Formats: sequence, C-alpha cells, structure tokens
Amino acid sequence: MAPGTRTCAGCGAVLAARMLLKATGKDVIVCEATGCMEVTSTQYPTTAWKVPWIHVLFENSASVATGVKAALEAQGNNHTQVIAYGGDGGMVDIGFGAVSGALERDDDIMIITYDNEAYANTGIQRSGATPFGASATTTPAGLESQGKKQWKKNIPMIAVAHGSKYVATASIGYPQDLQKKIKKAMQVKGARYLHIHAPCPIGWAFDSSMTIQVAKLAVQTGMWMLYEIDDGAFKRTMTPELKPVDEYIKLQGRFKHLKPETIKIIQERINASWKEMDNLEKCGVNLRTIL
Amino acid sequence: MEDLAKFAADGKLKAKFLEVESEFSAMSSMVGAVAAGSRVFTATSSQGLALMHEVLFATSGMRLPVVMIVANRALSAPINIWNDHSDTMAERDSGWIQLYTENVQETVDTLIQAYKIAEKILLPVMVCMDGFILTHVIEPVDIPKQKDVDEFLPKYQPDHAVLDTERPMTFGPFTYPEPYFDLKKDMEEAIQDSKDVISEINEEFANKFKRKYGDGFIEEYKNDKDTVIVALGSVCGTIKEVVDKRKDVGLVRIKCFRPFPTEELIKSLKGKKTIIVLEKAFAYGLGVGPVFAEIRNALYPFTEKSKFISVIAGLGGVDIRVIQINDVVDKSKQMKDGEVVWMKT
Repeated sequence: MAPGTRTCAGCGAVLAARMLLKATGKDVIVCEATGCMEVTSTQYPTTAWKVPWIHVLFENSASVATGVKAALEAQGNNHTQVIAYGGDGGMVDIGFGAVSGALERDDDIMIITYDNEAYANTGIQRSGATPFGASATTTPAGLESQGKKQWKKNIPMIAVAHGSKYVATASIGYPQDLQKKIKKAMQVKGARYLHIHAPCPIGWAFDSSMTIQVAKLAVQTGMWMLYEIDDGAFKRTMTPELKPVDEYIKLQGRFKHLKPETIKIIQERINASWKEMDNLEKCGVNLRTIL
Repeated sequence: MEDLAKFAADGKLKAKFLEVESEFSAMSSMVGAVAAGSRVFTATSSQGLALMHEVLFATSGMRLPVVMIVANRALSAPINIWNDHSDTMAERDSGWIQLYTENVQETVDTLIQAYKIAEKILLPVMVCMDGFILTHVIEPVDIPKQKDVDEFLPKYQPDHAVLDTERPMTFGPFTYPEPYFDLKKDMEEAIQDSKDVISEINEEFANKFKRKYGDGFIEEYKNDKDTVIVALGSVCGTIKEVVDKRKDVGLVRIKCFRPFPTEELIKSLKGKKTIIVLEKAFAYGLGVGPVFAEIRNALYPFTEKSKFISVIAGLGGVDIRVIQINDVVDKSKQMKDGEVVWMKT
C-alpha cells in the first residue's frame, strides 16, 4: 500500500490493510467491499493499492473473489491469492450471504473482515458486529437506552460451522500474530476466514493517538479474543491474565453512558466466554467435524 | 444452465462452472471473472434479474463485456411464472445492450454475436428470449460448428484493463461528481457508437452463417401498408400470421431495444396512418407501455400524420391469439390517437 490514503487520523482499518499486504506479498488480487477502505484508498484518479484491486458493490466482495479465482484457475494460474476484503458492515451483515456462499462452496479464497464494529463509512450506524452496550447513531444511548441491546455476532464460529479449514481472529494491536495467521491461511486451500479487530477513533470516540492502545486493551481485557481454528482444532494464540473490562470501556465515548451494572453484565459474559474457551481447548473438540 | 452443468460434468465444455447461492452472486462472480480476463455466461429470468439489478449497473458502469440470456418472465407480485417483458423492461436504463429474439434459432445466432458486440464496445449485453414460449419449446435449430464460431469469435483477449499481478490496476474506484458525470456521458456515447458495431457484426454473421435478422436493429415484414404493428420477441411470429392473411397491416419487429433504433424506426414508421405498438410490459403511472412511449418520442417530429395505439398484451403469460390481433387492427380504424388497449380474451 502506498502512503497517503485519505483515512481519518489513527485509522485502524488502514493498518489492517498494510499488515495484510506485508504478509501476502505482491502475488495477490484484492476484491474489496464498499466501505471506509474503499472510499479512502481509491479516490479516482488516484489509488493507494500497488496490487490488482477491484471494488464492485457493498455486499458482493466474496462473490467477486469467487469469480476472479475461477477465471485464474481457468487460465491455469494456481498461485495468485484472491482475497475478499471488507468491513464488518460489508461482510458480517449486508454481504453475509455472499460470504456464507463462498464458505459453503469452499471456494479457494481468503475472506477477511476488518472489524471496526459499525457502519463507520456511512456515519457509525450499528452493525451485527457492534458490541453490546455501545452507542451507535442508530442505537444511541439515551434516557431509555443503554446503546446496542444485542451481543456481537460471532462470525468466526459461523465460518467454522461452514466447514472452513482455517479460521482465525486477529488484531491490529498484535501485528506479528496477525501476519503469522495470514501466512498460515495462505498455505491452506479452500475458503479461509480471518476476522481482524480494527479500532475506529471517530466511531468509538477515543483520541486518534490511542488506536494501538485501544486495540491491545481489547485483547488484554477479553473484549476481543485471539484464536485460530486450524482444521477444526480451536486454540487461543494469546492467553493474557485478563484485565478488568472497565479499563477498555472507559477509554471510549461510545461506552461512556454505561452504568456499573451494565459493565458488570459485559464482564460476566467475558468471564463465561473465556472459561468456555478453556473447555474447548481442554476437550479438544474438532469444530469442523460437528455437522 | 442445467444442461451446461451436464456438459461441464461430462467434460464436453472446457469451462469452470460456478454454482453460486443467488443471482446476485452469479452476476457478481461474472464481474470478477471477466475483470480477471475470462469470457463468462449466465442465464436468468424475472425475479433473478431483479435480484441482479444493482450489479447490472455496476457491470455497465465498469464497462465489462458480460453476456447473459434472460428468459423473459413476469415479475411479482402477484407471483407468476409465465412470460412477459416486465423484467427486462425494468432494466432498460441499466446501460446494458438489449437484444430481443423471435425464435430459438435467432437466440443461438444472437448470442454468438452478443459476445463480439460486448467485447468490441466494452458493454454488457442481455439477449432476451421469451420465457416458456421459446425456452420450453422443441424447435429444429442449427447449432453452428465450433470451428466457424471460433473464426467468427476468436479467443477473448482483453487489452484494455485486466486484473493482473504483473500490471496492477485499480477497478471500480470511488469517484467524485465531475469525473462521474463524464464517465456516465462516455458510457452513453459508447452505447450510441455501438450501432455501427452491431450493424457490422450483423453483416459479418450473415456472410459467414447465411442467416440474417433485419438490419440487426429492426426487421420489417410486409411493411408497405398504412397500418403497422410494432412489437418485440416471439409474438412477432403470431403477428406475421395476421399480416400474411390481411392486406391492410404490416409489421416492424424491434430486435435491438438498447441502443434504441431511432433512425431505423423513423424510416420505417414515418408517414404511417396508424402505428399499433403491441407490448408485454407496462410503465405503471405513465399510462402507456414503455416501448410505446419511446417510439412516440422517436417519432415526435412526425407525429401529426400518425395515430398511435398502445396495446398491452400477454402480461403474466396471457395468450396472444390471431383473433385478438385481428380484432385490434379492425378496431384501430375507429380508435383515437393515444388510446390504450388491454388486450385479453
């Protein structure tokens, strides 16, 4: 990626794109959904992409990638990696049908979500990936509202339920872990799914100098958990001693309305989830064999 | 599509056969594949075409030579599976070239030409054939020999733009108002310029395969009377039956609806006493059918001399019979200009 994209200062999504391309190298074609990265990196007649890149619509990057890959295979090219790339709006919500289709067919593509936990490009509307309790422009906190009422949609687990051979979560706060997972995914044939947590200073309301700190704290408090599911085997790639979730929440304006009892609910959910992950690892359940 | 899948399964078709989860994804994957340098094909109908709506505009806007067949069928609601033209007429301003065929042979021949047109002018083409009437019919068809088709339509080798790691390019960027406006105007110029290409390819095809459909835009059939029926698609076969038996009416069949054959229609319709536009779609709220509105617009400078009748027929697969067409032609003599007839038994 060339420097000088028109993202906001402190954008987590552009860091995710840079880290991704550093890991993949140049033999790659990126099929991007409409979203923050698309509008900021390709303002005609300029482009920040030094690899072949295509954007068609909001909800079809996975299907476009399927077509690109099919064409390459028909032409005898079996080496170029094809990536379907998009934000949580484009991949978790509006484009989920296309993502699910590609996963089910096990098309030989990498499907990657950069998750800034809202429709950030269009004005921070809530998405299925917005966390519980966060204030978004369509789920604002108010006298009778504590922000979003639902928990975050768990796409990595839905991806593995399709039978995907490699599924991983990552964070821009941990670039080495992220790039290791990309490189590992590149060795796998079939539909692979990676979900990258990418904080958004504007949407989450924190100072743009704190993006990395916020990203790291998400992992350190268990609000975002780093793991991979390699051929069905679940394994956390980071197992920190979890910090209280309040340390993560208090940095962000989107959570500032939360009452202690709501924060307690979030903490309890994290604790329960962390414990279940212990169980998953100990039991050695193969998630791909559950049909 | 099922037959193509079988050809691919038997190794008779050297192609990647993609089975995707929706028509929306079908068109999206075709955009990806053609941008990566391969020739593509799909077929759809009615709701499937409506589901592709958003991608249709992206395909033409990105100037990608996608080709597909649309088996024309009615749109919901109420749900109905039979033939009419509401599906493709709803996409008439999508920037796709639209070619309507009268029979299965013409569909085969037009499809071969469609690739050549699309790849030359960098715009997508939909070949529209009547659902059921043509798609579920048994008719003798001459399938041109592979060798002849290969000569007529050589291997697709895009030299304009292609997703290539050796030569990285950005497709489908974000565009500000000024260049957006210019690119859209360029697209219209390309559609207008495609008329020369369509005409050339029509001649070239006729020379090689000895079959020809009018001038590639319209087909005139005994159009030397005061009254003329204008129509699209398979119903023209029925209208030809009427024309053959009566001495007072001719036919102009529109084959190419986009680009709209303005000059050709002026030439064939100017000075007619009665112009009956018979069509299988309606422009709800406009009060007439879309083809009628466009023909009247094209002939505006000459409208004083002519009476225009809008006949809406065959919606949702209602049969169009010789007796009804005869009846409309008879009654048209007493009708007023601009009258609309909902023709049904």
